[in-house]
Amino acid sequence: MSSEPLLRLENIEKRFGGLIVLHEQSFSVSAGEILGLVGPNGSGKTTTINVISGVLRANSGRILFEGKEIRNQPIFRIARLGINRSFQVPKCFRAMSARENIEVAATFGAHAPVDVDAILDEIGLLRHAGEPAGSLTVNQQKMLDLGRALATNPRLLLIDEIGAGLNPSELGAIAALLKSLAARGIALIVVEHLLEFLNRITDRVIVLGAGRMLFEGSLAEASRHPDVVAAFIGG
Amino acid sequence: MRNATGGTRYAVAVLATLAVAFVALPQVYGNQSVLFTMMTYMALAQGLNLVYGFTGYLPFGYVGFFGTGAYACSILVTFTGLPVLLCVIGGGLAALLIGLILGPLLRLSGAYFSIANLAASQIIYYVVSNEALKPLTGGPYGIKIDQVFAPTASYAAMLVVLLLTTALAAYFRLSRFGLGLRAMHQNPISAAVAGVNIVRARLVVWLVSATVAGLIGGVYAWNLSVFYPDAVFTLEISVFAIVFALFGGVGTVIGPLLGAGLLYTFYAAIGVSTPQYFQLLYGSLIVFLVLFLPNGLVSLLVRRKLHVL
Repeated sequence: MSSEPLLRLENIEKRFGGLIVLHEQSFSVSAGEILGLVGPNGSGKTTTINVISGVLRANSGRILFEGKEIRNQPIFRIARLGINRSFQVPKCFRAMSARENIEVAATFGAHAPVDVDAILDEIGLLRHAGEPAGSLTVNQQKMLDLGRALATNPRLLLIDEIGAGLNPSELGAIAALLKSLAARGIALIVVEHLLEFLNRITDRVIVLGAGRMLFEGSLAEASRHPDVVAAFIGG
Repeated sequence: MRNATGGTRYAVAVLATLAVAFVALPQVYGNQSVLFTMMTYMALAQGLNLVYGFTGYLPFGYVGFFGTGAYACSILVTFTGLPVLLCVIGGGLAALLIGLILGPLLRLSGAYFSIANLAASQIIYYVVSNEALKPLTGGPYGIKIDQVFAPTASYAAMLVVLLLTTALAAYFRLSRFGLGLRAMHQNPISAAVAGVNIVRARLVVWLVSATVAGLIGGVYAWNLSVFYPDAVFTLEISVFAIVFALFGGVGTVIGPLLGAGLLYTFYAAIGVSTPQYFQLLYGSLIVFLVLFLPNGLVSLLVRRKLHVL
């Protein structure tokens, strides 16, 4: 693992009108590292991912990817730089086949040729390659979202609540997949409510509460931190 | 894309069928004017399909580009003495320019875009038909370019424009660029995340569609050779193009051709002689379409698992 951070956020602030949803957020993640992002609903987890991936623009602060500022870049350019994401509610191209979903990203988002079949195999959808994405189950669509992100050859993956609704064996498979991606050198920021799942894949988490970073460290330490306890169960 | 070769053959077959049909039809049907107008509407429905079918933006003021092309071509014929084909191309370029000026409308979505586009077409109409511009456009009294009147040559030119527009639709359907358009149409955020430059793709399609409408307008003006502003700016032209394209099926290559071909034949058969019955049947047909065939005639083929280009 490189000691130089792949991604660094410096004092990122995001406002919706008068409401500040991200306060002065600063953290970094290195290649091959998995960083967990946890917090109660409305704490700013998905907003953080949206800001990094360009879906939302931060009002101030800096986002440095490999040392280069990307805060005002459009989404497609951020994707081509090597940052990609999945969505909490999967956003597939529903009328396209699973294979075409991957092909779109392989065609437009990747710098190098991509083995579409290998990605379909990795996300467990090779047998469903010809089926319209809209006919797949929600969990399969989540995997397709992840596959579409993988087809852009990302170096940083932002994963938004991929574990919700999965059974224990599916969660185990996803945990193994995410760890194997990190082992390849891909950095991951994983937003998740399932702390047991998160505990299996990382020991570094950031806890958010009302848009503020409350804690950074291991999950075990987080559970004893008074601010974290207050954010989750009321202080 | 995987089926690009088969798709290309299909596209060539569609283009060849169109070319042969409109070369042969005047031999068996004497009223070339009806055939010319049918081609005009097929091309307009296809041109509108480029933007509506492949991006989801419904240009209610599409007629604005058509009228711009008609007037730009006529003004060039009148004041420059350039060959008429160059004037037709000038009509296309004028529409392209209007498309560029209206490009920011693409920031709007849904009905807001359609209404803004409609308003823009009306602005062009009122400018062109303004009495103060009589020396240039003829104002409300229309414009006359009968010195270049050539029904057969303009018929051939419209066929070329129709083939060009259809080839563009096939390109949008089959190419790498078209793959991005399909993705963008279904989910713009996901398409952007997948690396598609959605702003540029939309603008390119918009400008191509505008240019095509300008070319169609230019050839139409050449064929009419004398016309009033109402003839090339009436909203009926937009409405017909939209209904024809929807009737056949947007987002496909053959849908707008089928829709415009069938409905215009229907119009020519009874719309001219008994317009009151035509309006009644036409209205009923639209209701039927919305209720039972929202994806157009081609959806009947899709349901039978037939490959639709």
